[in-house]
Amino acid sequence: MDARLKRILPKVQKPARYVGGEYNQTIKDLSHVDTRIAFCFPDTYEIGMSNLGMRILCGVFNNMDGVWCERVFSPWGDMEDEMRKAGIPLYALESGDPVKDFDIVAFSIGYEMAYTTILNMLDLAGIPLRAADRGEEDPLVIAGGTCCYNAEPIADFFDLFILGEGEEVDPEVVELYRRCRAEGISKKDFLIKAAGIGGVYVPSLYDVEYNDDGTVKSYTPKCGAPERITKRIIKDFNNSYFPDKIIVPSTEIVHDRVVLELFRGCIRGCRFCQAGYVYRPVRPRDSGILIDQGIKLLQDSGYEEITLSSLSTSDYKQLPALCDGILDWCENKKTSLSLPSLRADNFSMSIMERVQKVRKSGLTFAPEAGSQRLRDAINKNVTEEDLLNSCRIAFEGGWNSVKLYFMLGLPTETDEDVVAIAELARKVLWVWKNHSPNKSRGVKITVSTSCFIPKPLSPFQWAGQVSMEEYKRRVKLLRESLKSKAIVYNWHDPETSVIEAVLARGDRKMSKAIETVWRNGGKLDSWSEYFSFQRWMDAFHECGTDVEFFTTRQRGKEEVFPWDISDVGVRKDFLWNEYVKSGQSQLSPDCRVRCTGCGANCLLDGGVCDA
Amino acid sequence: MRKCRLVFEKTGRAKYISHLDLMHTMERIFVRAGVDIVHTQGFNPHPYMVFALPLSVCTESVCELVDVQIEDDESFDEIPERLNEKSPEGIKFKKAYEPLTKFKDIAYIDAEGRFEYDGRVSENLLDKLSNFFKKDEIVIKKKTKKGIKDTDIKPGITDIIFEKADDNTVLVKARVTAQNPTTNPDLIATALRELEPDVAPDFSEFMRMAMVFEDGKKFS
Ligand code: SF4
Repeated sequence: MDARLKRILPKVQKPARYVGGEYNQTIKDLSHVDTRIAFCFPDTYEIGMSNLGMRILCGVFNNMDGVWCERVFSPWGDMEDEMRKAGIPLYALESGDPVKDFDIVAFSIGYEMAYTTILNMLDLAGIPLRAADRGEEDPLVIAGGTCCYNAEPIADFFDLFILGEGEEVDPEVVELYRRCRAEGISKKDFLIKAAGIGGVYVPSLYDVEYNDDGTVKSYTPKCGAPERITKRIIKDFNNSYFPDKIIVPSTEIVHDRVVLELFRGCIRGCRFCQAGYVYRPVRPRDSGILIDQGIKLLQDSGYEEITLSSLSTSDYKQLPALCDGILDWCENKKTSLSLPSLRADNFSMSIMERVQKVRKSGLTFAPEAGSQRLRDAINKNVTEEDLLNSCRIAFEGGWNSVKLYFMLGLPTETDEDVVAIAELARKVLWVWKNHSPNKSRGVKITVSTSCFIPKPLSPFQWAGQVSMEEYKRRVKLLRESLKSKAIVYNWHDPETSVIEAVLARGDRKMSKAIETVWRNGGKLDSWSEYFSFQRWMDAFHECGTDVEFFTTRQRGKEEVFPWDISDVGVRKDFLWNEYVKSGQSQLSPDCRVRCTGCGANCLLDGGVCDA
Repeated sequence: MRKCRLVFEKTGRAKYISHLDLMHTMERIFVRAGVDIVHTQGFNPHPYMVFALPLSVCTESVCELVDVQIEDDESFDEIPERLNEKSPEGIKFKKAYEPLTKFKDIAYIDAEGRFEYDGRVSENLLDKLSNFFKKDEIVIKKKTKKGIKDTDIKPGITDIIFEKADDNTVLVKARVTAQNPTTNPDLIATALRELEPDVAPDFSEFMRMAMVFEDGKKFS
């Protein structure tokens, strides 16, 4: 271990997260390695190690002969200060080697608030921030993850982006990189070739023109780059790579358990939900395979908890079989299955009962909106009856704590819709009063609201966000309507939502502002300890970014968006149609009831969705 | 079920694992290795695991002891190897046996330390160090739950010698009291920093070498 590192570790909080050495880490013999990848997660170890995608992709890379992929996370502030003082550059956990010496630096970007952390990590690594400033000797800096569907705000910092699921395309990019390097091909020419790989977006190969009003006029590809970049998906999810060994951290992380991914995509089509569209089409994994994977991972990791992950877990057709299979194995062991929040409309009592034997935790429901009208407008196909019925079953089963999640500021929301949240919460309370077998323990109903953020590639990509003042007014209105000791109301501050909204629908001109925020000390912006609204607003002001242009502005049908170059399968006219229907509070059926022809089926061979 | 005492090392990168995290890590090692250990009863069962003396984070050890209860048909001889196959880097089990002694009878800990001086080691330094620890009392400020308290650490340091290792490093061999009071060997460096900054090391680290009975025999 680096002698300087040894000196600073005793001074920082939780040093175990900075040293690696965990069970199942991958160590390779450097004499058999020709390509080194630093897989960077722009958040802390505790968050990054909880990310399933990172575990999968590290495994994919390490499965390649001659490739060694190591993990890199962002240090917390105390560690960063010590590293900078001691002159220790950002290093990878497995080998302790500086990230700057790696061939490829790959970021996984799942949320916009990580952008400043990316810059901070590049800087801490001693790598020039902007792709244009990096030479042949610098590592190739690439990224994948949901944010890459609108990569424009951070386009200038990356050599290339990978759109969609990485299991297949990531190795293709690495193989091309190795071939080009072996043949002495320059980075620039490598990038031109890489742009020919499906799912690869090389931002430097596109000229962007803007209209006088600041909107995008056009994207013009150069050097044979495609007009649009079609995201990659794993067509056969049953046979795609899944790690049979997972790194088990020696220090506590956020999701310290085995995670099974039941399917990709979502049948629902909630109009506010970006994930519901960009991950289409639905591809389930067979329950038999999942049970095997789960048992193998539990045995190998020593974890005593397993959980299920997907966009809408209760839509997994084989959920009962899967739960039975896992619970049978758990019987007589200390292992428990924990379920994520299930949908209120097909809440399965038998599953909950079996799980309950092992562990009883609070229940979470996300009706998202208080009134039926608004739930219809956002296509959240949950009725009040469904919700109350689910709560009744839960209360009868002995649960005494329910969390209800809502958004304020959804398109078409009126004061009536806001007050309806309070009414719904009161009805839940009433259900408890009438159905709880043991009222002496009391009940806790928690209502949480966040400020809606319109996201690219969802039907609400045209919608304006409500202003902060308006959000606060609605919070006040709801607070005044919620007068019961049994109901707790938590509301999220809108500041982060505003910044996230700017970045989510931002354009290429925004990189200057992001860099300015970082230069003024911005990093780890998803942490309240570090986030500064003022720092962002100052930077936007300084760089001439009109915040309202990106947040509250209502977009017109014909507007060209910075992310129109990303083809996620779902067509823009389909999204527009959904947007129009939301204005009329008209529901769309889910993919199982009837295919509404979104276009995502084209990503599959034969073009047939298996919803 | 029978009692099983394990001797293990916690060195290298594993020294940064905190005591609380070590307990979780141990629990998972046993599960992975398929060595069943007895759990406490009750609402939230956790493994019955008794550590001799918790080791502070950033300190290495080659003599850690933990008692667990295993199935009768488990063989002591095989357990260390089975656990080692499933352990993170730096945790290494050396022996498993039926305990015949009680942890409360551990009187002292032998620790070895490295004091790094950035180019300031001289013969003179060794004398100064030795003389400092010959004083009748060494009173330092110690943080307790009730604020900062003056504490004399001298009674806790039974033996201490210093040797020059190289131009930058002094080796420290110390025997400190294990219980009543527990003396953390790090306090040796702390005392220097506080009371004799001239000879305080720029960096210090310790390794536990052995646990010792009152009569000086090695505890096992
Ligand atoms: S093509 Fe039809 S079934 Fe497939 S994801 Fe789109 S709407 Fe759903």
